[in-house]
Amino acid sequence: MSPSRKRQPTKRRLDYELIAAMVPQGSRVLDLGCGDGQLLAELAQFKQCSGRGIEINGEAVLACIQRGIAVYHGDMLEGMSFLRDHSFDVVVLSQTLQQASDPPRVIQEMLRVGDTAIISFPNFGYWQVRLKFLLSGRMPRSSLLPYTWYETPNVHLCTVTDFRRLCSELGLETVREIFLVPPSRQISAQLANWRAGLAIFQVRCRT
Amino acid sequence: MATDDELDVAKDSQLGGARSVGLVETQSWTYDAAPLELECGQSLSPVTQAYEVYGELSRERDNAILIFHALSGDAHVAGYHTPEDRKPGWWDIMVGPGKPFDTSKYAVICANVVGGCKGSTGPSSIDTRTGRAYGLSFPIVTIGDMVRAQKLLIDHLGIRRLLAVTGGSMGGMMALDWAVRYPEAAASVLAIATSARLNAQGIAWNEVGRQAIMADPNWHGGDYYGKGSPQAGLAIARMIGHITYLSEEQMRAKFGRRLQDRDSFGYDFGTEFQVESYLRYQGNSFVRRFDANSYLYITKAIDYFDLTNGHHSLIEAFAGVTAEFLAVSFSSDWLYPTAESKEIVKALQANAVSCTFLEIPNPYGHDAFLLPNDQLADTVTGFLANVYRRVRERLAAEGTQR
Repeated sequence: MSPSRKRQPTKRRLDYELIAAMVPQGSRVLDLGCGDGQLLAELAQFKQCSGRGIEINGEAVLACIQRGIAVYHGDMLEGMSFLRDHSFDVVVLSQTLQQASDPPRVIQEMLRVGDTAIISFPNFGYWQVRLKFLLSGRMPRSSLLPYTWYETPNVHLCTVTDFRRLCSELGLETVREIFLVPPSRQISAQLANWRAGLAIFQVRCRT
Repeated sequence: MATDDELDVAKDSQLGGARSVGLVETQSWTYDAAPLELECGQSLSPVTQAYEVYGELSRERDNAILIFHALSGDAHVAGYHTPEDRKPGWWDIMVGPGKPFDTSKYAVICANVVGGCKGSTGPSSIDTRTGRAYGLSFPIVTIGDMVRAQKLLIDHLGIRRLLAVTGGSMGGMMALDWAVRYPEAAASVLAIATSARLNAQGIAWNEVGRQAIMADPNWHGGDYYGKGSPQAGLAIARMIGHITYLSEEQMRAKFGRRLQDRDSFGYDFGTEFQVESYLRYQGNSFVRRFDANSYLYITKAIDYFDLTNGHHSLIEAFAGVTAEFLAVSFSSDWLYPTAESKEIVKALQANAVSCTFLEIPNPYGHDAFLLPNDQLADTVTGFLANVYRRVRERLAAEGTQR
């Protein structure tokens, strides 16, 4: 078991609503790093989805259990390893890709067990991040990147451009992309690598 | 098994307390309609099972929970047999009104296993054919045989489908076996600190325990009833058991190298270290309440247990399972380690069975499941509440369809 990770703040994550909107009615959903199970609970309640979570934090797992959500306590790659191919319609990874030890493998596993993957991540190319770093010369911190360099779980931060390149290397196609400026303003894809604080991608394997 | 000295009974769990089931009685049921055909090829008849029931069965009979006990347990899970009892039943922290297995909501049942010595037919019972105690003529029983016997009891009690089957350690094995054997007869399984098959290290410890008993000159090939029993051997077996129930960390914290009732070495073989004193106490108190032959039979049943028997894999073994699962392990449990709970979970996941897994960080080793633990309590409470809600919803939906 890896050491306990810093949790995202427990308040509703700003991408949840948009992710929930992308999930089709009645689908089978796997939520990686599902936290206290809020997204899965809402999807079950409002979209009749059947959900399952993987979560490394024991307290969050307990919260899932109390909500009645089936959850695996452990690492996401390990948790996915025994799931059957395409046993889910959608696999969600909300703001956790940058914490994975092996992001390409996580994405490949997501698309092995699921038909599509919805992945959101803080964009390290966001102009405010770049400016902070340029001006202060220190590791940038913000509402989306709230950690000091020595306590951050974010070991694999990337930019929108980096992510697109990885997707193309992995042979994935983008079904949808959504870009946000904090706190929750949606913006166009134009110059997203500069303008977006948070990106949400829905990807699948190129057929 | 938890030790007597570390379980201080909370005030509300004392006799008359708001969270105690109070005074309870062990009941007994004998099945003699047909012999129980055992896996070893022999059969057993009649089969008596001691059991206890707490709480009320609902009108729909959908709120019954069957708890399986571990190696040295018995049917007495909760409450007190007499007002003079010093300690309540073995899982009283988990069973009672307002407790995780909430007897104000659920009807909780526990039976002594066949092969045991606490009221169910076992090697110390009288063989009706000879009028003498079975001893080693008692047939070898397996976890599956114990489960099949308890299914007869549950049928006898008129319960078609249990809300949950549960247990820790060997009890967890029985719960897993139940779910595979009778997929329709339980809505959920809570498998705690258990395994789909005992590992080589576990078999090894059990074997050392058995050898200690059989090496005792008072064992007499198992035919010691009415004579002196192999107390020394059984005590050693229990001492070995207790070493495996604790973690190294816990042993260090609890005893360290501290001496018992003395300040310096005596340079003899008396009880000097606290850990020695603890083990001797555990061994000696165990022989007063347990039968040595039952220890042989039950440990053997645990050794034989392997859910993959008769299947190509654990995944295949779980193929027909329909119950919802909760698997819980404890981080410092090296007898039934987390990896073995995960093996269960992974095989269930491969079958798309709804399954929740939680590893509780805890220093107490295998014993942890018998000790007070808020995380375990909250997990069981939450899991059961949701299972019961779903069972009720399904029932209501079926009702409207009709």
